[in-house]
Amino acid sequence: MEDRLITAAIVLLGVPAALVGYILVTERLIQALPERRQGRLRPWFWIAPALAFLIVFLIYPTINTLVLSFQDKFSRNFVGLDNYIWFFGDPGTLEALRNSVLWVVFMTGGVVGLGLLVAILVDRVRYEPVAKTAIFVPLAISFVAAAIIWQFMYQYRPPGTPQIGTVNSVLGLVGLGPVDWIRERSFLVDNFALIFIGVWMWTGFAMVILSAGLKGISTELLEAARVDGANEWQVFRGIILPLLMPTIFVVGTTIVITALKSFDIIYTLTNGAFGTDVIARKMFAEMFTTQHFGRASAVAIVLLLAIIPFMAVNIRRFREQEALR
Amino acid sequence: MTAASRPLDVTRTAVAKRQGRGRLGRVALHVIVIGLMALWLVPTLGLLVNSFRPASDVARSGWWESLLPPWDFTLANYEHVLTQNNLGDAFINSLFITIPSTVIPVMVAAFAAYAFAWMDFPYKNAIFVAIVGLLVIPLQSTLIPVLRLLAGAGIAGEYLAVWLAHTGYGLPFAVYLLRNYMGGLPREVFESASIDGANPATAFFRLALPMSVPVLASLAIFQFLFVWNDLLVSLIYIGPTRSENLPMTVVVSNLVSSLGGETHFLTAAAFLTMALPLAVFLGLQRYFVRGITGGAVKG
Repeated sequence: MEDRLITAAIVLLGVPAALVGYILVTERLIQALPERRQGRLRPWFWIAPALAFLIVFLIYPTINTLVLSFQDKFSRNFVGLDNYIWFFGDPGTLEALRNSVLWVVFMTGGVVGLGLLVAILVDRVRYEPVAKTAIFVPLAISFVAAAIIWQFMYQYRPPGTPQIGTVNSVLGLVGLGPVDWIRERSFLVDNFALIFIGVWMWTGFAMVILSAGLKGISTELLEAARVDGANEWQVFRGIILPLLMPTIFVVGTTIVITALKSFDIIYTLTNGAFGTDVIARKMFAEMFTTQHFGRASAVAIVLLLAIIPFMAVNIRRFREQEALR
Repeated sequence: MTAASRPLDVTRTAVAKRQGRGRLGRVALHVIVIGLMALWLVPTLGLLVNSFRPASDVARSGWWESLLPPWDFTLANYEHVLTQNNLGDAFINSLFITIPSTVIPVMVAAFAAYAFAWMDFPYKNAIFVAIVGLLVIPLQSTLIPVLRLLAGAGIAGEYLAVWLAHTGYGLPFAVYLLRNYMGGLPREVFESASIDGANPATAFFRLALPMSVPVLASLAIFQFLFVWNDLLVSLIYIGPTRSENLPMTVVVSNLVSSLGGETHFLTAAAFLTMALPLAVFLGLQRYFVRGITGGAVKG
């Protein structure tokens, strides 16, 4: 108990004090220097903590992982491309790779499609804020909690017994099912059941951003098209969609990266069984179950390579915006 | 081009058609919107209702059946997970992990963002572009070396390990968002402060920080939710050896497999992990939305 009180004091007082103290102390030190050198040194003191964190926790480890991926299980000897040959030849990793592609395609498609649909529809109702909050709420909860929520939604009882899961119960009302979601023999059903959890969580994110973009489109433009006889579909295809395209692209890339990194839902619900493994979970398994650090690193590098193109896109987009500033 | 240049009745029929279809369209619109709202809310509501039901009921019937009398609700599930599964301690751990993992990156990023926005130094732009590039690095590609570093420093398993790691992972977005905002503050304010003899530290604490409160709030909420909901970082850097330090996400995730048939406890466990982020989120939704749209649309 006493330990916990000390920890609480560090957490609430010690950490902020140390951070503020850093700037006050370094500023004191700088002012002891000759005037001319102050201006040259000062910025480095201000960015030093951030740079140190970025180097220690992102830059160095990523380079190190690349090196480890060419080494053996214990990171002792170089083994050339062995770990990559294993990656692209092992049925387990190929299955994980296939599922990650499913996640990227269908989670991104689902989130952007539904987010756009919701953004456009709620724009036309008076209870827009309430509707948006409802769609947005799942974003605040953890993947773990979402996994549990949907484990209950997907609950399965053999045919002929009362269904206690919401999904199978509703299916029963229209004379369908029951389906053993997640543990079905078909990998497509299992994966889609899991991917839908991701869609349910992230649609609010896409909706909020797309809705903000939508409000930026001039209403006169839309009204003019309608007066000219364009129907709602033509307005959408001809005006809204092209104008929203850059925003859709930004949302899409965020979701692609999220989908590639998806781990928690699978770890919590199936731990990769029933043909639902993905590359992020595969990496975890190689790291802790088989403890093959070479292979685990190779999996991480494959994930990184899949994401690198988005880094290039991000930087280019940033440069363009800077040019406009 | 304009309506006047065309036969008037064409426009009129078009408008009439739009209104005629309008009534049916309005009904369909409300049905779809309310249907989607229900689809998005029902899963969470179902969990909440189930968490207050006795174990035998949860295993026997769907949550909706408990909404009809006779009502039979209980706090037994909450009592059990708080006392038997140590979720009370895990809740405190989550707080101990999340608060510094939010404060440190926000402050460190604010220092750096202030320098990027209002000071001049060589390679400034190159360094900032590199930070933009780091935004997308998947933390998976850092796990093994960082775990070895933390173990080598003797802090693997401690809260400190997770604070430092979350700071590293959260910084690129934090620096990026704050620098864009601070760069937009009025130049005259800082110039006149400098003429009045205020040093940069004073200008930072007295001017830059107070003027950036909206974006600091968005960022803090964002980071808070991210860390509170994180599973992977704590799972790996605290790990099974120091299970007394594990946050709720890891403890609850382990319950899913260890509880086996007693899944009714999961409902209460899951809801306890959701309670704080939901409260923060619903209370401060405005800032949260602004953070997302500011980071994505502008940035």
